[in-house]
Amino acid sequence: MRRSLGDLIYFILVGTSAGFTMLLLLAPTLVVLIISFTAGITLKFPPPGWSTRWYGELLNSAEIIEPAITSLKVAGLATTAAAILGTAGSLGIARSSHHLARFLDALFMSPMVLPAMAFGLSLLMVFNLVGIRLSIATLVLGHIIVCVPFVIRMVGAALQQLDPQLVNCSLSLGASHWYTFRRITLPLIRRGIVASCFVAFLSSFDNVPVSLFLADARTEVLPIKLWAILEGSLDVRVAAVSGVIVIATLAGLVLAERFGGLNRQIEGH
Amino acid sequence: MAVQRADSAASADARELLPALPLAALFLLSFLLPLLMLIFVSLFRTPQFDAMGVDQYIRFLSDGFNLKVLLDTLALGVEVATLTLVLAYPLGLVYVAAGPLARTLITFLILLPLLTSTVVRTFAWIVILGREGIVNSAMLGLGLFHEPARLLYSWGGLVIALAQIQLPLMALPVINSLLRVNENLLKAAKGLGAGRLRVFLTLILPLTMPGAIAGWLLVFAAAVTAFITQTLVGGGRIILMPLYIYQQAMGVQDWPFSAALSLIFTVAVVGIVTLVGTLSRRFMRGVDAA
Repeated sequence: MRRSLGDLIYFILVGTSAGFTMLLLLAPTLVVLIISFTAGITLKFPPPGWSTRWYGELLNSAEIIEPAITSLKVAGLATTAAAILGTAGSLGIARSSHHLARFLDALFMSPMVLPAMAFGLSLLMVFNLVGIRLSIATLVLGHIIVCVPFVIRMVGAALQQLDPQLVNCSLSLGASHWYTFRRITLPLIRRGIVASCFVAFLSSFDNVPVSLFLADARTEVLPIKLWAILEGSLDVRVAAVSGVIVIATLAGLVLAERFGGLNRQIEGH
Repeated sequence: MAVQRADSAASADARELLPALPLAALFLLSFLLPLLMLIFVSLFRTPQFDAMGVDQYIRFLSDGFNLKVLLDTLALGVEVATLTLVLAYPLGLVYVAAGPLARTLITFLILLPLLTSTVVRTFAWIVILGREGIVNSAMLGLGLFHEPARLLYSWGGLVIALAQIQLPLMALPVINSLLRVNENLLKAAKGLGAGRLRVFLTLILPLTMPGAIAGWLLVFAAAVTAFITQTLVGGGRIILMPLYIYQQAMGVQDWPFSAALSLIFTVAVVGIVTLVGTLSRRFMRGVDAA
């Protein structure tokens, strides 16, 4: 009898706190979507009325649209480069039992552990001392380093599940390394690559610590621009931008789930 | 003969590494070299780069303000990581007990903040905590507050906002290790008469420690470097390491000092992550042996 009372208390405790946590996870995104349709000119919640005026204002805000395009460009380029270099990198690491392989694995993963601000600042110093002017290329270079760990981890996980016998069979039947990669390895790790591209793209699009140092007036990126706006005033246009980002990310999530099985990447099976 | 075979095996191994070569070269030039440069720059005595010495490090240690900024930043990381740990376990327990549909729903809820941009998440907390925000509106409406409370630009607000923003980093590894707990073990414990709470404390918690620690370290590392959230929710009065480094580098243009600050910050963060990781592994080995 006493035990079942204890169980009851346990269920109530766990249930309510889990419910609270779920609310906490959901609330901010909902709040952003709701406030983006406010008719008011402040972030007053609940909104005094409803309108789509802020989305309309967004269309006329070149100072927000241009950084958004730059961000998409940088994220696209950095993701592509990180996916190609990273997939090749994890292939090399996965096949080799050389002691260098473990060192390289740790090296490629380290941007995830090291505070990215130190890396952004150090890259800026190198460019300055060598005399390279900041451009979209230098920004992309910094972002590639940030994106690589996601590719290494997720493609590496996909490679671990790949049966090495399949590759060995193909090679021993006379197929070249390149042909084997294209016809055997690549189709089998495709889901891992797609999922890692999705995450890498988001992490570049969202990156602040590297862009903070490497983006200048000509290569202003969206997160830094939004930060600058919010530092100055609590502009409601940011809510509309946020609304667009949330919807776009959800669409991307559905696509990545379709082609990459993101859910499985997360549960790890 | 045997030696020769070992040699050729080793060279074959090295050849397998070839595809990783371009990435290795890239990392050498644009990751390792810059970090070495950071050390070099931090060893100049003045922003004019005229003489070398460890003055920047002495300057850091001899001013209480610098140490306070560093310790505040690390404390923020510890508080946020611990809060997410407390929030993640109930969620994980419900996830494991739930059916497929509810699991998909919870996965979606966890991914939602992870996938929306940091600025968006931070912006949401500005709306929630602001003077005319949700919390103030609700509290004033209920008559619990008589005037709007200052929640934005406060330490507590910053900790809660960061905990929500980084929660997915904790929830995912915790759920992963909860899924791996052997159900027969739990059934046996229950069959032997252990209550739920006891099963949780003596079985589930120790068995899922690796996931919890992995999550704790991820959240810690993310929270201490969360520049955007720290500056927008914390406001200008709460100065933490990322903002301090940015000010010194871009505002004051004192490169040697900002380089030294970055290195000290990096060493502190990596040091804590390594220390907690090692200690917990040792502790866990002790649990296994017992």
